[in-house]
This record gives sequence, C-alpha cells and structure tokens, in this order.
Amino acid sequence: MSTVMSHEDSHHDHHPTGITRWLFTTNHKDIGTLYLWFAFTMLMIGGVMALVIRTELFQPGLQFVEPNFFNQMTTLHGLIMVFGAIMPAFVGLANWQIPLMIGAPDMALPRMNNWSFWILPFAGLMLVSTLFMDGGGPNFGWTFYAPLSTKYGPPSTDFFIFSVHLLGFSSIMGSINVIATILNMRAPGMTLMKMPLFVWTWLITAFLLIAVMPVLAGAVTMMLTDRNFGTSFFDAAGGGDPVLFQHVFWFFGHPEVYIMILPAFGVVSQIIPTFARKKLFGYASMVYAVAAIAFLSFIVWAHHMFTVGMPAAGELYFMYATVIIAVPTAVKVFNWAATMWKGSLTFETPMLWALAFVFLFTIGGFTGLMLGVVPADFQYHDTYFVVAHFHYVLVSGALFGIIGGVYYWLPKWTGNMYSETLGKWHFWLTVISFNVTFFPMHFAGLAGMPRRIPDYNLQFADFNMWSSYGAFVFGFSQLLFLVLIIKCIKGGEKATDQVWEAADGLEWTVASPAPYHTFATPPEVK
Amino acid sequence: MSVSIFRKVLFALASSLLFVTSASAEQKYNMTQGVTEISHQVYDLHMLIFWLVTVVGIIVFAVMIYSIMFHRKSRGAVAAQFHESTKVEIVWTTIPFIILVLIAIPATKTLLAIEDTDSDVDMSIKITGHQWKWHYEYMDEDGISFFSALDAKSNEVRQLHSGKDPKEVENYLLNVDNPLVIPVKKKVRFLITANDVIHSWWVPAFGMKRDAIPGYINEYWANVEEPGTYRGQCAELCGKDHGFMPIVVVAKEEADYKKWVNEQKARARAAADEEASGKVWAMGELMARGEKLYNSTCASCHMVNGEGIPNVFPALKGSAIATGPVASHLDIVVHGSKKNPAMVAFGKQLSNVDLAAIITYERNAWGNNTGDVVQPSAIAEIKK
Repeated sequence: MSTVMSHEDSHHDHHPTGITRWLFTTNHKDIGTLYLWFAFTMLMIGGVMALVIRTELFQPGLQFVEPNFFNQMTTLHGLIMVFGAIMPAFVGLANWQIPLMIGAPDMALPRMNNWSFWILPFAGLMLVSTLFMDGGGPNFGWTFYAPLSTKYGPPSTDFFIFSVHLLGFSSIMGSINVIATILNMRAPGMTLMKMPLFVWTWLITAFLLIAVMPVLAGAVTMMLTDRNFGTSFFDAAGGGDPVLFQHVFWFFGHPEVYIMILPAFGVVSQIIPTFARKKLFGYASMVYAVAAIAFLSFIVWAHHMFTVGMPAAGELYFMYATVIIAVPTAVKVFNWAATMWKGSLTFETPMLWALAFVFLFTIGGFTGLMLGVVPADFQYHDTYFVVAHFHYVLVSGALFGIIGGVYYWLPKWTGNMYSETLGKWHFWLTVISFNVTFFPMHFAGLAGMPRRIPDYNLQFADFNMWSSYGAFVFGFSQLLFLVLIIKCIKGGEKATDQVWEAADGLEWTVASPAPYHTFATPPEVK
Repeated sequence: MSVSIFRKVLFALASSLLFVTSASAEQKYNMTQGVTEISHQVYDLHMLIFWLVTVVGIIVFAVMIYSIMFHRKSRGAVAAQFHESTKVEIVWTTIPFIILVLIAIPATKTLLAIEDTDSDVDMSIKITGHQWKWHYEYMDEDGISFFSALDAKSNEVRQLHSGKDPKEVENYLLNVDNPLVIPVKKKVRFLITANDVIHSWWVPAFGMKRDAIPGYINEYWANVEEPGTYRGQCAELCGKDHGFMPIVVVAKEEADYKKWVNEQKARARAAADEEASGKVWAMGELMARGEKLYNSTCASCHMVNGEGIPNVFPALKGSAIATGPVASHLDIVVHGSKKNPAMVAFGKQLSNVDLAAIITYERNAWGNNTGDVVQPSAIAEIKK
C-alpha cells in the first residue's frame, strides 16, 4: 500500500520552501511540527524559570532573587508550562497523528489550523514580555486569585489577561478542528468504537476544551473590568465576592487538569500494546473510563478550594464526587497492567516512558485521592504536598506521555530511527532526577512547608536541597532530548513503514517518513 | 465496625515501619499528630488512606513488575490473545469503590466534628490577615487586640544579600513579635477574615487551616490539650512577603492565661494614658521609636534603606512625599493611597504616637534631614 501511496503522491509532495512554507502552511504535518517546536521552546523557558526557583530554594535565606521576582517566576513557570508547553504539545501530536490514525488527508479546517497555531507565538511572547514591563510580570500565582490579581496586581496584568484570551482562542479553534476532523473524516469502516484510543481521548479532550475555555475567558474578562472599568465582581468592598473568582476559575481549572492528562492516557494506550505485542485489554472499558473521568471533571471543582469555608454539606458532596474519580482511573491502570500481563514485552525507549508514566502517574493519583479527603486536605492544602502531587500527574503524567509519544512516532515523522542509547540515557536521567526532585516535596509538605514561599525554616532545608539537585539534573537532561531529535531529523538508521514489530494502525501503513500528503484516497478499514 | 478492625490491622502494619514509630510532636517526614482531638483524627485519617493506597500500590506494581520480569520477549514469552473480560472489569470497578467507602465513613465523621463551630464555645478570637502580618482581637476581653508580625531577628536575616546565616536564628521565619496567647482545654473559636487580599491561617498542630478572605468571616476552632508554643505560616499566596508572615500560638494553663490577660489590659491602659497625656515628644525619642516601628511596619515595601523597589514600591529616601509638605505626608500615611491599594490607611492600625514617630523618622532618616518633628497632636488633628 505504501509503495502505491508514495508513487501516487510524489507529484503532490512539493511545497513552498523557506519561511513561507511555515507561515502559510495548511498542512497538518507542518502545523503539528510547529506546535511541537513551540511547545519545546516554552518547555525550556518555563524550565529555566523553575531552575531560578530551585536555585533560590537551594538553601534557607535569600541569596539570589527578591521575593517579588520569585513570585513572578512561580507564576510564569506555571502559566508557561500549562498553556505554552503541555497543551500545545498535545495539539501538535493531535495534528500529526489524528489524520494519520483515522485515514484522513488532513485536518477538517486547515486554514483555521494555521491561524490557531500562529496566535500562539504572539500570545506566548506577550506573556513573557510582562517580565520586562514597569512593575514586573504577574506575581499572583498561575491560579491568579482575586483580589491579589485585580486590585493588587501589577500593571502588566492587563497584558497577561490579553495573552490568556489569545491562548483561549487558539485552544478553542484547535478543538473545533479536532472534533470536526474526527467526526467527519474517518476512513470508511472506521466506526467510533474502532478508533485508536489516542483519537478517542483527544475527541473527549476537545469537548472539554470547548466547554471550559470560555469560562476562563469569562473569568479574565471580569478581572479586566474590575481592574479598569470600575466593576466589582471580585471586590468585597463593592459588593462582589472574591470566592466567586475561585469557583469560576476552578470550574475551568479542574477540567483543564484532565485536558492535560487524557491525551497522555491515549498515547500510553497506543504504546503499551505495541511493545507488549498484545491487544489493549478492555478497549471499551477504557473508552467509557475516559468519558466518565471527563464527566466527573465538571462536578468536582471545589475540591481545589476546600479551605475557603464552604458549608459542611458542600464539602461532603465535593469530597464524595472527587474520590469517585479514583474508580475509572483505577480501571485504566488495571487495564494497562492486564495488557502487559502475559504479553511479550520489549523495552524500547517509548515503552520505558509509558511504563514510567503508569508507575509514577499512579503515585500522583494516590496523593490525589488523599487530597480529596476534606479533613486531611485541610492539612495538605497549599503545601508542598500539593506541589509534589501535581508534578507527579503533570510531569510524570502529561509530560512523560508527550515525550513517550514523540519517541514512538518520531521514526514515522523523520523516516529515521532515533539513537536508542541516547534515548535510554535521556529516560533514565530524567526519571531518576524527577523522583529526586519531587519525591522529597511530599515530606516537605507533610512537615509543614507552604508552597510559593521564597525562603523557609531550617527544618525544610534537606528536602529542598535534594529537590534543587534533582531539578538541575532534570533540566539539563532535556538537552539530550533536543540533541536526539536533531540527530534523528538529520539522519540515522532508516525506519521501516511499520517501524515497530507489533505496531498496529493506519499510521504505520504509510511510508516513513510520512509523505507530505497522505490518504488522498481513503483507506478501507475492516 | 469492620472499619475500626481494618484500621487496627493497618496501624499494626504501620508501626512496624521505622518512620512512623518515631512519631514525635515534631515530625520530620510525616504530618504532625498535633495537639487537639481534631488534629489526632486528621492524622489517623491521613495514615489510614496512606496505608490503603500503599497496599493497593504494592499489589498493582507487583503485577506490573512480574510482567516486566517474566513476560518479556527476551525470555521467550509469547503474547497471549485475551483482551477483554467483563467479569474482571466489574470486579476491579467494585473493589476501588468499596475502598472509597471505607475512607469516606471516618472522613465524614471527622469533617462534621470540625465544622461544629457553634456548640460549647468558650471564647472567640477574631483574626484578620493583612499584607503581611496578622491582627488578633479577643472578642471576650475588652481592649486586647494587637498585630503579630515576623520577629526582628528573622526579618533582618531574611533580607536579600543580608550576609547573615539563618542557622543562627532560633525558629527562623517561624517567630513573631507578639504571639497569640490562648488557654488550654478550652474550645477557642477563631473568626477569620482579611483586610486586603486572601491569606490562610494555618497552625499544623491544630490540624486545620482556614482562608482569611476579605468580606467573609470564616470559622474554625481548636481545643488545645497541652501547654506549649505552636508555630505555623500563612498558607495562601498573598503577595511579596507571603513567606514572611508566620503564626505563633502560645497555649497556657488557665491561671497563666488569666495573668497574661491582665498584663495586656494594663498595657493597653498605659498606652491610652500616654496618648491622652498630650505630652510633647523630643525628636530623639520619636526617631528611636520610629526606626523600630518603620522596620517592622513599613520596611517590607519601602525597604530598610528607604529605597523601595524600583517600579514596584516607591522610595522614601529623597522622595517628594517624605521631603515635601508635612500635610501630604501625614495624609498618605493616615488615610492611605488612592492610587495604590498596597499603601493602606495606617491611621486605623497604629496609635497617634506611633504614627508621629514613623513620620518623623521617615522625614529625617537616610539623609532626608528635613528637621521636621511631628507630634501626636498633629496626627489627632488630621484624623478628625
């Protein structure tokens, strides 16, 4: 099939070269590449900010930065990683893979696709530029609680708001595109329940995005009018309500958390069966579990704000609803374990990332369950225990999922195998330093260290020293990833069309590297 | 019933491990057990969930590790064909659900106890969060109310490039000038609010934290079992010095507490008398008092050297306000800034003598040398 394809497509393969290729492209593969490079760049910028934080926290006392700048670093680190690195990286994977996996020639709305990418660099630039404005950048945490971000926010807050609006436009357009593509452009014979799990998770994620990004836009718009036009949505002195901000923010924020993890579930559900040489166990229950998690994500938001003083009945409801999420999540983990059971496993680098994902994400899930239990949360809330928890789900969850996906599909994208040796070094350095960085944070939090503080009592010194050592190794290990990718683009052992021995799915039926245009004639799915 | 048996089993398991048996009041690796009935319950709940997830984790990870060890291609493993089983799916949906119910029962009990802020309250204290200090007001004792801020020693050492070693400060960043004092074995209710942004009042030994939110009064209570000094910190990001507004609570026996209350009342009377005496203060007295107050009240923004932080907090050294007309200087300190909410109206927070001292200090320190001496009577005048 692939030989036929490449023959047929060869005369379509020419495309503009130079900068205009990337500026004006409507090709899903080019746009996917752009998204992924943008995400990697933002990962590096956000990572440098994390290292500034870890440098200051290396020892008690203030040695390097002033507290106000420290707050700008924690704020921008969070915003950049969430909106600049993790989300665009998943959209990049979606752009590359969804058309290939469902047998579509491109995304459904290619021009909008171009636009939704090209908004991002400007939004990102605006966000980072706030650091250089009078009064400094946003310094109120990535959750930007009012009134700290409204009445007390620095002047640059208005630029931050504009940037969030732009990022929201981009996400909404990206999700509309994903939904339109998946629902309309599947190859004949590919029913919904035959779709690869990565496609399923993205379909559900896209609906989550469309539902909650407008809520975020509403929250920042209310901030904007509170700051500039004399309204008092969040100002108690004017009859408003600071807690309303938190309700609105977390109504966006909790689904947002799953927006960042569901596609990673999808990636891992592609990788594990390939390297276990065995079909995914419980495909249908995996789909239902993702749908259940997505539904639950809308009705648990207040568990992020148990300490605001809700009525006991409200606290009980949000606790029960929250811990229920453990059920579908556990089902997913059990299914992955059952997929491996009695398989024929090999451990190429993508599989290593997927395994690390399952182990470490599960630890993050456990601490999530602990945090969901209200009386215990009254102790954990806003401590380093929370910081440890969300880095276990967002770094070893979302980010490891993305990195695993890149390793898995890189040979298909470039036509070359990556260096397995370099890949294993990257993996082991990352996974060890990740745990050295974030595991001690559980202890620091339980011992009583609040988050978002630039300096601390001596009892927390050992934990912080370990975290800082780990963070530096973690950060610099990612340069290996960059080297590996560049080497793989430039050359290497030629990849076969199928790439992996037991890889299954339409993306493995096209040539490696995937031709510029694929599936001009839809394939038949039996 | 089955829950408590299960708990006992788990605790037996727990105590066999080193770091739990070394449970002391000051836990290094684990949550504190605290000094209230509630904090013990919270700790037990924490350990219950911890052991449940540990057991689940060990089982799941063991299965995966077994696969990784023995079901590998290099050992000649051939992949089986099975890929679904409704029966298995039902079993492993039900088991987590049962575990959750086991957790939810004690959690609900503890939560309802925590939320009972109304019955048998012995006394109430109103706590107000300010950037970046706490204000305590004893609702049942006339006239006892005071600010509580980071102690001078920590404050000196924590400055950027201070060149001083935090190791030499006892309770670095966890000590205050005026601790909150409460009696033991009394149900003390805290009424928590804030004056500017959201803060969160957290003493780990009491097992709880509550947000201090402007416009809201949150409730929370503690019944401390034994006398001692309990330390905590603000837990909600509240701006630049969020990391530098600790909480210290000293719990005393009833008799000692009564003694402390009487001392406080006597001190409040003395301060009122001083204010009413109409005494004319000498520059030297005001400067000495002003420097101390400036460093604890004003220096977190305007900095000890009066230079502020460029583009964030204005300098006072050589500034138009501190070297210009006295009236506008008095106005901004007493009534606050209309442009910048971070500059609050200190007229409501400090006595006339204290305000006079601070303003006199600001007008003469760091080479401002205006020679102006502001008397408390001038403050009284502008407050009218």
